[in-house]
Amino acid sequence: MDKKCVISMRGIIKRFYIGTPNELTVLKGIDLDVYEGEFVAIVGASGSGKSTLMNIIGSLDRPTEGEYTLDDIDIAKAKDAELSGIRNKKIGFVFQTYNLIAKTDAMKNVEMPMLYAGKSLKERSRRAAELLELVGMQDRAHHKPEELSGGQKQRVAIARAMANDPAILLADEPTGALDSSTGRLVMDIFHKLHKEQGKTIVLITHSPELAEECERIITIKDGEITGEREGKGIVTQ
Amino acid sequence: MMLLENIRLALSGLKSNKMRALLTMLGIIIGIASVIAIMTVGNSLTVELNKEFDSMGASNIEVIVTRKINEEDYSYDGMGMSYTTVSSYKTPTDSDYIDKDMIKEYLDTFEDKVYAISAVEDVGSTQIKDGGLYANVGIKGINYGWIHANKLEVTDGHLFADGEMRNGSRVCVVSDKLVNNLFDGDARAALGQDLHVDLNGKSYVFNIVGVYEYKQNSYYFESVSEKDISTDMYIPIRAAKSILHTSNYAQFSVIGNTGIDINQFVDDTEKYFNKYYEHNRDFEVMAYSMNSYMEDMNDMMSKLTLAISVIAGIALLVGGIGVMNIMLVSITERTREIGTRKALGAPNSSIRIQFIVESIVICLIGGLIGMLLGIGMGYAGIKIMQAEEFAVSVESILVSIGFSMGIGVFFGFYPANKAAKMDPIEALRYE
Repeated sequence: MDKKCVISMRGIIKRFYIGTPNELTVLKGIDLDVYEGEFVAIVGASGSGKSTLMNIIGSLDRPTEGEYTLDDIDIAKAKDAELSGIRNKKIGFVFQTYNLIAKTDAMKNVEMPMLYAGKSLKERSRRAAELLELVGMQDRAHHKPEELSGGQKQRVAIARAMANDPAILLADEPTGALDSSTGRLVMDIFHKLHKEQGKTIVLITHSPELAEECERIITIKDGEITGEREGKGIVTQ
Repeated sequence: MMLLENIRLALSGLKSNKMRALLTMLGIIIGIASVIAIMTVGNSLTVELNKEFDSMGASNIEVIVTRKINEEDYSYDGMGMSYTTVSSYKTPTDSDYIDKDMIKEYLDTFEDKVYAISAVEDVGSTQIKDGGLYANVGIKGINYGWIHANKLEVTDGHLFADGEMRNGSRVCVVSDKLVNNLFDGDARAALGQDLHVDLNGKSYVFNIVGVYEYKQNSYYFESVSEKDISTDMYIPIRAAKSILHTSNYAQFSVIGNTGIDINQFVDDTEKYFNKYYEHNRDFEVMAYSMNSYMEDMNDMMSKLTLAISVIAGIALLVGGIGVMNIMLVSITERTREIGTRKALGAPNSSIRIQFIVESIVICLIGGLIGMLLGIGMGYAGIKIMQAEEFAVSVESILVSIGFSMGIGVFFGFYPANKAAKMDPIEALRYE
C-alpha cells in the first residue's frame, strides 16, 4: 500500500486502577492502521472499549502499553503539554453533544481552535467564514448555540473540527442526538469532506447502518478488534 | 491577542449573568469604597489641619514667661506629693518680663536663624459707641513681625508706617465689620476718622489708617449675630505698651528662617532666655512650637486612618473570598466548556489565564465602582464634617486599583488552577 499511514497502533493496552484490586484492562492489545483519506467506522457495544480507544486516538489519553503514531508523531511518549498542541493541530473532534461554547456565536466557536494555534484575527475570521460556508451555516455565523437547532449545532461543530485542517476528523456518535433526517444531513457533510477534501475520518458509533456507509468497518468487543470488513455504502430505505 | 480575547470573553460572561456579577462584586465594591472614603476623609482633614496650623504659624516658636515650679510649691499632704496653689504667689511685674536688650542680644546671637520677632500685646476688649451705632473690638498692639507672621493685609488705607510704629502713634487698623457697623460699610469714609475708645475707665482716641477683611475662623462657632461679632482692632505695639505702662514682653513669637531645625531651635531659644532667669525665683521662660503638635496630630491621623483601613481591608478580604466562591461555582458549571477547550487544544496555561483574567475583570470593575462610590462617600463625609478641604488621595486610588487586581489574581488563582488541571475526558463526560 502506497498511501500514508495516519494512525498506526501496535499492541495498545489500556488499564485503569493500576495496582489496586479493581485493576481493569479495557483495551487488550489493539493493532490498528488508518490510511490517509480513509473513512473508517469503529463499531462496538457500550462497554466494548470503543470510547477508551477513541480517547487514545484523540490524544486525550495515553495507552498504558503499546505504540501509537499519529501523523508521524509518537503519541505514547509525548508529554501532557505536547498533547494539547497535537490535539489542536492534528485532530478535529466532533462530539455527540456538539459541545459548542455557550454565549459565543458560531463564528467565534469555529475560530476557537485557531486562537489556541496562535493564528491572527484576520486569518481566523477568513477561515471560519470559509468553513461555515462549507457546512452551509454562513447565514447563521453570528447566532449563538442556544439559537441553533441540533443539526445546525453539529454542522458548526464540524466546521470547528476542520479549523486547523487536522490530519483526522474524529467523530464520536455525531448523529446520536439527532433525528434521522438531520442525522442524514450531518453524515452527508462527512461524506462531502471525505470525497471533496480527502479528509481522513474515524467515526465511532454503535449504529450498524451508519457504519455501513464507511469504507471500512472495524468491530471492537471486550477490548479487542474482532472483525474488519468493507462497508456496503449508504443504505437507503 | 489572547489576553484581549480573554477580557472580551470575561466581559460577555459577566454581561450574560448581570445579577450574579453584581452580587459577586458587592463585597469588593463595599471594601474598596470604604477604604477610599476613609482615606479621602482622613487625607482631607489632614490637609485642612495642616493649613490651619500653618495659618497659626506652625513653624513659629512661641516664647512665654511662666511661673517657675519650685519645690516649695509642693506640699506633703500624707498621700503623696501634690501641687497646691500657694497664696504667696507673686504676680509678675514688668521687670520679670523679657526686655528689649535680651531680645536684641538674642537676635544678634541667632542672626542667621531668626527671620523676625512677632509680638502682640492684648490691650483689652471694649465696645466703641457712636451715637446709636456700636462695634465690639479686641484691641491688640502688634509689630511688623506679627504682621508678617499673620499675613495681615489691608483692603483700604495702609498698614502702620515706620514712624507710627516707632513712636507708638495712636493709629489703628480696623476690620470691615467695624466699618459696616460704624461707617455704613464705607471704608473710604472711615479712613482718617477718629475712634473714641473707652478702656478701663480711660478714654483714648485712635485715627483709622487702614481696613482689613475679617476672616471667620472656621473652627469656632460664632453664636453671636453678625453685628455683635468682636473683631480685632490693631494698634502699634508701642501705643499698646504706653497704655498698659509696660515696656517689656510677657510673650512673643520667633519666626524662624526656612530650613532651620525648628525643634532644636526651640530648645536653643528656651535655654538662651533662661540664662537671664537663673536668679529669678518665681519665673522662667518657656519656648514651644506648634510644629511638634502638628507632627503629633498628623501622626495620630495617619494611625487612625490606617486602623480603619485595616478594618475596611477585612471587608475587602471577605469580598475576595466571595469572588473565589463564585469562580469555583462558575468553573463547575463550565466543566464541559473546559473539557471542550482542552480537547480542541487549549493548553493548561491558557485555561488558567482565562479564569484568572475573568476574576481580575470582576474585581477591577468592582474596584472601579467602589472607587467612585468611595470618593462620593468621602465627599459626603467631608461635607457632613463641614470641612473645606476635599483631597482625594492619589495613593488610595492606586492602592485600591492595585489591591483589587491583587485580589483578582490571588482569589482567582486557585479556581483557575483547578480548571487548568481538569482531566479533559472527565470534564467532557460531566453532566
